[in-house]
Amino acid sequence: MSKSLVSISDFNKEEILHIMDKAAEFEADPNRPVLAGKVIATLFFEPSTRTRLSFESAINRLGGRVIGFSEANNTSVSKGETLHDTIKMVSNYSDLIVMRHYIEGAARYASEVSSVPIINAGDGSNQHPSQTLLDLYSIKKTQGTLNDIHIVIVGDLKYGRTVHSLLQAMSHFNARFTFVAPDELSLPDEYKLFLRGIGIQYKETQDIKEALADADILYMTRVQRERFSDLMEYERVKNAYILRNSMLEGTKENMRILHPLPRVNEIHPDVDTNEKAYYFTQARNGVFTRMAIISYLLGIE
Amino acid sequence: MNKTYLEVSAIENGTVIDHIPAQSLFKVMSVLGLEHITNRITFGTNLESQRIGTKAIIKIADMEVDRNKLNKIAIFAPEARVSYIKDFEVSEKIKLQVPDVIEGSIKCANPMCITNKEKIRTKFDVVNKCDISLRCHYCEKITQQNQFEIIND
Repeated sequence: MSKSLVSISDFNKEEILHIMDKAAEFEADPNRPVLAGKVIATLFFEPSTRTRLSFESAINRLGGRVIGFSEANNTSVSKGETLHDTIKMVSNYSDLIVMRHYIEGAARYASEVSSVPIINAGDGSNQHPSQTLLDLYSIKKTQGTLNDIHIVIVGDLKYGRTVHSLLQAMSHFNARFTFVAPDELSLPDEYKLFLRGIGIQYKETQDIKEALADADILYMTRVQRERFSDLMEYERVKNAYILRNSMLEGTKENMRILHPLPRVNEIHPDVDTNEKAYYFTQARNGVFTRMAIISYLLGIE
Repeated sequence: MNKTYLEVSAIENGTVIDHIPAQSLFKVMSVLGLEHITNRITFGTNLESQRIGTKAIIKIADMEVDRNKLNKIAIFAPEARVSYIKDFEVSEKIKLQVPDVIEGSIKCANPMCITNKEKIRTKFDVVNKCDISLRCHYCEKITQQNQFEIIND
């Protein structure tokens, strides 16, 4: 079975560091046709324009060709074809498959069926490992290292898949975490147990200002209205989790703000011009990170 | 032990599973697939047990139930005692062990999991062997003991 990237735990620490180095090489020299003659399939059973364009940009910069679909409506899937059969067919047509699916576990299953590597570009609320790796690349670029970073994570810590994967990945590097979330969206116990089990320090607070004082990375996520069972509670807390430029006073010089995007209103536009706002560059880093992931899985060095 | 009176009559050859929590009897039967075999099976439930309150017991004649199958019942009946019987005597006592991985038999509690959408055999890592919880190999979500639902595959 070929090596796939379904979950961030599929890569060990050495592999993560290797991806970081390769991403930096691709950033220094972004147009290298190492995929010439290769065909990459991008199967988006659930639409995601941003992620798909980022992958397709990466493939094009590597000189590969793209086949696939951006939504499942007009495909054999709408005729009732099983995921098993779709993946069996497409793995005959391509050298690697990038897939997003609304069903959780779909990518793991595809990796067991496929004869070519699978990159999971999101399976429901489960995993989205290329997002995690581009977050790590952004942290490394802005801090010069992945070791001993203090990360403050704000927003939806209960359902946010990017948050859970980030915890898993950064646990290799002795990170320290501060979690800022309303009670309804606080970090589930299983993740706290995981952190305690491996001796990673964390604290929880509802005061974003206090948490920011010694942050290296501020990782913002969306607080979605539909996550609240009590809409009164949503109205009460929503403003407490909006980042404004004035709140950045007194933060560390090296501090940078990340966000997996799209943002809605959790980062006020007046933050955008602050040099600590990094989220748009972070999205750009995604292309280089995905170039590194694709070439690694295809064994191209 | 006094064999003059048994609530469930003795078998000459086969397997006896004792000390099953009464409320888990039918789950254990289902996991072992006992509804599909033609051997003679006798069972009793809501019997008194000093160790676990009310217990159930199953006796399956002329069959030594496979050990790997037996380990699956450890997640419902961790205190169960299993013996193989030959000529009315215990020929071997089997110690149950909660396995590291469980394939099939239990449904993933996540309705959005691929195993609940397509015909795929479930597979779990056992993440906690005392207060048993399972992590789905596919969707990575946790299924707790109180959510266990048996599927026949």
